[in-house]
Amino acid sequence: MVETVHSSLQVSNWLEPARILFLMIHLLGLALFSYIVARRMQPLLRGERDVRFDRPWIRLERVLQYWLAQWKHPRYRGAGILHILIFAGFITLAMRSFALIIFGLSDSFGFPGEVGHLYELLTDWSATVVLLCMIVAIVRRTVFKPARYAVPERYGKGHPGDAIFLLGLIAILMLCDIFFAASNAAAHEQQGKVVESLALLSLPSILKQGLIYAPLPMLLNTRVAICILHEFTFYFLLCYRPFGIQFHVITSIFNVYCAKLDRGTVKPVRWGVANLDDVNSFGVKRFEDFTWKHMLDFYSCADCGRCSDNCPANAAGRPLSPRFISIKARDFSFQHYPVFSRSKADGVAFIGGLYSEDEIWSCTTCGACEEECPLMIEYIDKIVDLRRGLVDEGQVPQSIQKAMKALESRGNPYGKMPKKKADWTTAPEFRESCQVKILDDKQSAKTLYFVDSITSYDDRIQAIGRATARILDHVGESFGILGAAEKDSGHEVRRFGEETLFQSLRDKNLEAIKASGVTRIVTSDPHAFNALKKDYGDLPPVEHISQLIARNVKDGNIKFDPVKNDDAVYAYHDPCYLGRHNQVYDDPRNVLDAIPALKRVEMERCRDRSFCCGGGGLMLFYEPKEDQRMGVLRVKMAAKAGANVIVTACPFCMVNMEDAIKVAGMEGKMTAIDLAELVDQQLVRRDSVGDSSKPLIATSDVR
Amino acid sequence: MEILVCVKRVPDTSENEIELNSAGNDIDRDDLVYSVNEPDNYAVEEALQMVEKSGGNVTVATVDSEEGEEILRRELAMGAKQSVLISDESFSDSDGAGVAKLLKAFVQKGKYDLILTGVQADNGAAEVGGMLAAMLDYPFASLVNSIEVLNGNKLKVSREIEGGNKEMNEIDLPCVLSIQTGINQPRYVGMRGIRQVATVEIPTLGPAELGIDAASVGKSGAKVRRTDYFVPVLGKGAEILNGSREEVVDKVIELLRAKGGLQ
Repeated sequence: MVETVHSSLQVSNWLEPARILFLMIHLLGLALFSYIVARRMQPLLRGERDVRFDRPWIRLERVLQYWLAQWKHPRYRGAGILHILIFAGFITLAMRSFALIIFGLSDSFGFPGEVGHLYELLTDWSATVVLLCMIVAIVRRTVFKPARYAVPERYGKGHPGDAIFLLGLIAILMLCDIFFAASNAAAHEQQGKVVESLALLSLPSILKQGLIYAPLPMLLNTRVAICILHEFTFYFLLCYRPFGIQFHVITSIFNVYCAKLDRGTVKPVRWGVANLDDVNSFGVKRFEDFTWKHMLDFYSCADCGRCSDNCPANAAGRPLSPRFISIKARDFSFQHYPVFSRSKADGVAFIGGLYSEDEIWSCTTCGACEEECPLMIEYIDKIVDLRRGLVDEGQVPQSIQKAMKALESRGNPYGKMPKKKADWTTAPEFRESCQVKILDDKQSAKTLYFVDSITSYDDRIQAIGRATARILDHVGESFGILGAAEKDSGHEVRRFGEETLFQSLRDKNLEAIKASGVTRIVTSDPHAFNALKKDYGDLPPVEHISQLIARNVKDGNIKFDPVKNDDAVYAYHDPCYLGRHNQVYDDPRNVLDAIPALKRVEMERCRDRSFCCGGGGLMLFYEPKEDQRMGVLRVKMAAKAGANVIVTACPFCMVNMEDAIKVAGMEGKMTAIDLAELVDQQLVRRDSVGDSSKPLIATSDVR
Repeated sequence: MEILVCVKRVPDTSENEIELNSAGNDIDRDDLVYSVNEPDNYAVEEALQMVEKSGGNVTVATVDSEEGEEILRRELAMGAKQSVLISDESFSDSDGAGVAKLLKAFVQKGKYDLILTGVQADNGAAEVGGMLAAMLDYPFASLVNSIEVLNGNKLKVSREIEGGNKEMNEIDLPCVLSIQTGINQPRYVGMRGIRQVATVEIPTLGPAELGIDAASVGKSGAKVRRTDYFVPVLGKGAEILNGSREEVVDKVIELLRAKGGLQ
């Protein structure tokens, strides 16, 4: 719009000083903005190293998908569509702003010919749509107040005014655009010039009808005044953005480009440091211990509350809300690295102040927050880094300390003797039907069944181990276990911040697995699955039992008897480390759907929105402060979906679900079964075809 | 304040399945995992918190074979400044008085304002702290579950007594206190911490260094000897209640009422 003004400025010479004013606003605005951004960069420069510029093509693809195409936004339909409209409008209008900044006050800018005309039409609509969206957004924030924007008292004060003020500023910008286009067209018409048609039904075209009989000098003066107002607002907004949630408008593209690429992994203690003995202090104890990318995350948070809306810990009333992990750190950063005065933060420790210990231990690392965040902000790595800091300072809850010590001395959190690790295979009824080899100097096999601690030692969960072994046996897999040589996978040890202990467990397992000479690994525990796949490296291919079953169902090696109980309605619960962290959603469902006469429903929160059962591994030893158990919430979700059997594929889900069924008083109304157990139960066995009345598994295995 | 904490290496009860050996004179120690006696660990934590607040040093000492080094390193990793291993072949199989005598000899070589022990160790005798105090002619308080430093070389300590009640005492320094678990939340010591103190030299003191007659301690000096070790035969008296949850609860209430447990 400015370029049109300039042509009219040339007509009215008295407006020449206005041109200098524009130039001044541009230069001052840009200078101020550059200064502010430079100051905001300061903590990032002091932050820890991070590796975020590898694999540029994948990163670009992500920018196209998650930034430009706003991929995650429609997950929240209303707010998402609103955001997509605003974003599209912004992009359209920003092209002109960018051009202005680049070309300054040149008269010549403008897309040529038809494209230019089309672009003008597009901007008319964009301004209209964005303005309407701003009105909707302001009404939404002030009248409807969606619950997820509320700020619980313990997390400090909200910034509702901030959001509305910024929405208002954008609305002013849009109004300027609209008034300018309308008054410009009206003036041109009065002057008898060629009038570019305004976009049909857009606000500028409607407004033009109202302005067409206004006096010409007034129209010309309005145009200039609007221009000045627009420029002021634009630069004010630009410079104000780095002070609040609107910073994401600038940082989002970088944040998405630099987003974490490898699901399910945990960042190293320090990037680029191979030997941990060279690291003086582990984890995050001060703000500057965060990596620069994690700081950028804090800046990028738009405070939309989707993470916390999906966080099971938050839902259960634990003192954790991922949103405030970001917001509190951002406020800390703004406060200690102010723009207009000297930095105050030289290594202020903030555990116990900014974050409470309970807040940090409350996370089950389920990944629901990260899955939801439209800006791809990371939480798990930050939580793990904060825990590393706590572990390094010795601040570990007593109940977890016990389990960690047992892991150190016995290789499992229960403190059970290693020589009893294979005892689950010696149950007499099981031994008759299936013999499990222990892989050592004397016996070998192609496939290793990595059992892990809970399946080896927990009386209830051992049944999952036996079902898995019988399935492997049924499909003719040459398999064995490591027995006493197998240590805990260390999956939660690492995610609880005890990196040194994790590495010691990992090294022992790597050695044992390599010595066994297997060419494939199967596990029934998604946590072990994730550890072997993502944390260990340099291993033969790893498969979860549900994947192996699905493959064999497809190949016709596994056939099922129909489900006998007509009243049974099954719902599959996605374990976090099988689903979100490893994207195995369909295999377990395909297996269930292959069982004849099985009625299956989906819970509202399923697949990548699955709701964590309460966490596994060391989380079983943690005594959280919470209003209710996550498992209870989950069991109620299954009931709401109309299910009475929850099928899961993770030993920890099983423990939590069965406990939750009891706590919720739903015994008799709801049961839980592992996918392997169900498959084992429904399997048509070669030797028992025609004798389906015979129970296929020992009754003692099913509680 | 210079604080000495006496610690002991014991089989870790939370990580072991304790069984008698075939000879029936001891527990089967083949697969045992050892760790620092739990109340002793609380005592070390308390000492560390005291010096963090009011300055000083924490020293840990143990009477053990050279395997005792393992727990001393753990306590060093926790934050103790010095450690000492009181060890000699002639010291093995000391009775409680023998251990107290060895510790007394060590205490008299230095200058400690406060000596802490755990309330009791694996054998449940709870004897060494009291004996050590008597031998040193120091005041003693047992079952201590909070310590506050007062002016004028005094401590205010609370002791756990019957029914979870607390008894508050003032006690003059130097003194010996036996520390009850729950007095604090001991900090976590990971492998990394232990690795960092792996090369710290731990001095070993024998009869010569302590200036003690080897015959007065150990097996030869012991006046208490263990003669047998057995697990009592399971008696009658346990009753498993069967039925639904409501039925079981009703039965429990009935039984408690019958025995006078409920009014």
